[in-house]
Amino acid sequence: MEQPNLSYINDLAAGDESFKNKLIEVVKDELPVEIEIYHSNMNSSAFAKAAENVHKLKHKLGILGLVDGYETAIAYEEELKLGKSSLKTEFESILVACNHFINDL
Amino acid sequence: MNCIIIDDEAAARTIVAHLCSQVDNLDVIEEFPNAISAMKFLNRNDIDLIFLDLHMPDFSGFDFIETLKNPPKIVLTTSDKNFAIEAFGYDCIVDYLLKPITFPRFLKSVQKAQKEKVTPRVAAAPAAPVVKESTALVEKELYVNIDRRLVKILFEDIYLIEAKGDYILIKTEKKNYTVHSTLKKIVEKLPDSLFLKVHRSYIINFKKIIDIEDNSVLIAKNVIPISRSNRPELMRRLNLL
Repeated sequence: MEQPNLSYINDLAAGDESFKNKLIEVVKDELPVEIEIYHSNMNSSAFAKAAENVHKLKHKLGILGLVDGYETAIAYEEELKLGKSSLKTEFESILVACNHFINDL
Repeated sequence: MNCIIIDDEAAARTIVAHLCSQVDNLDVIEEFPNAISAMKFLNRNDIDLIFLDLHMPDFSGFDFIETLKNPPKIVLTTSDKNFAIEAFGYDCIVDYLLKPITFPRFLKSVQKAQKEKVTPRVAAAPAAPVVKESTALVEKELYVNIDRRLVKILFEDIYLIEAKGDYILIKTEKKNYTVHSTLKKIVEKLPDSLFLKVHRSYIINFKKIIDIEDNSVLIAKNVIPISRSNRPELMRRLNLL
C-alpha cells in the first residue's frame, strides 16, 4: 500500500525548513479535526456532508504525497454524493496511515 | 501586483502564501478563511488578484464572484477538476489551479494574470419582474413534507431560504426546516410581496432585512450575498428615502 511521505512538502519548501515545519504543523492541526468531522458525519449517515469532508481531506492526501490515495478520495467523494460507500474501508485505512505518519513527524 | 487568498483550509492558505513569496512583485495583502470577510475587505480595498478556493462552507467561489461588482483577476484553487468549463465562463477568471499546487504551475498562473487584461463583465439586464398569479397571493402558509408529516410554516415567519445541494433549508424565527426540494420549486409557492431571490443560493423575506451593505444583506444574524443581476430588483422593491 502506498505510504504517506514528504515529497510534495519537500519540493514545495525547496530547502526552506521554516516553511516546511510551519506547513507540517498546520497539517497536524487540521487533519485530525477534519477526520473527526468526517467520521461524525459517516456515523450519522450524512453522506452529502461526508462527501464535502472527503473533498477537503483529498487535498491533505495530496500534501502527504499520496497519488493513488488522492484518486481513491476522488472516487469515494463521488460515490458518497450518490449515497454509496463501497470505498469506505479503503479510504479510512488511508486516513489511519496519514494519522500515524503525522503523529510520527 | 497585490493579492489576497481566500480559502477555508489553513494548509491551503499557507501553501499559496508561500508560493506567492517565491514570486517577485506579488504581495499577499490579506488571507481570509471565508468569503464573507473577504467581501467586506474588497468593498474597501483595491486588489489586483485573488486566489480563490472554489469549495467553501458559506458559499462557493462562483457565488462569491457573483457578488463582486468589478471583480479583479481571479485564479481559482480547487481539488475538483469538474468545474473548469464553468470557470472559463467568467471573464475575470484567468486560471484554474488544481490542489495540491506545484510551484511551476503556480508561476504559470501568475504570469498569465500579469499578462491578461481583464475587461469588466457587463451585467445582463435584469428580466422584467413577473407577477405571479399563484395561490401564494391568497395563502398565508406553506406545507412542507418532513419525515412523512406535512408541517405548516407561515410565510411571515420565514426569513431565509437557502439551497443546500438537493435540499433547501427554510429558516424561521422559531425553527429551521430541511426539505428535499429546490429554490426553483419553492419560489413558485411564495408570494412576490414578501420574497425575493437575491442570489442563486438564497431567497430572502425582504420584510426581515436589517440592513444592506453594497453587495450583501443582513437578515437575523445571517449575512447574505446579493448577486449583481438580482440587486436592481431588490433595490426597486425597497421603500427608499
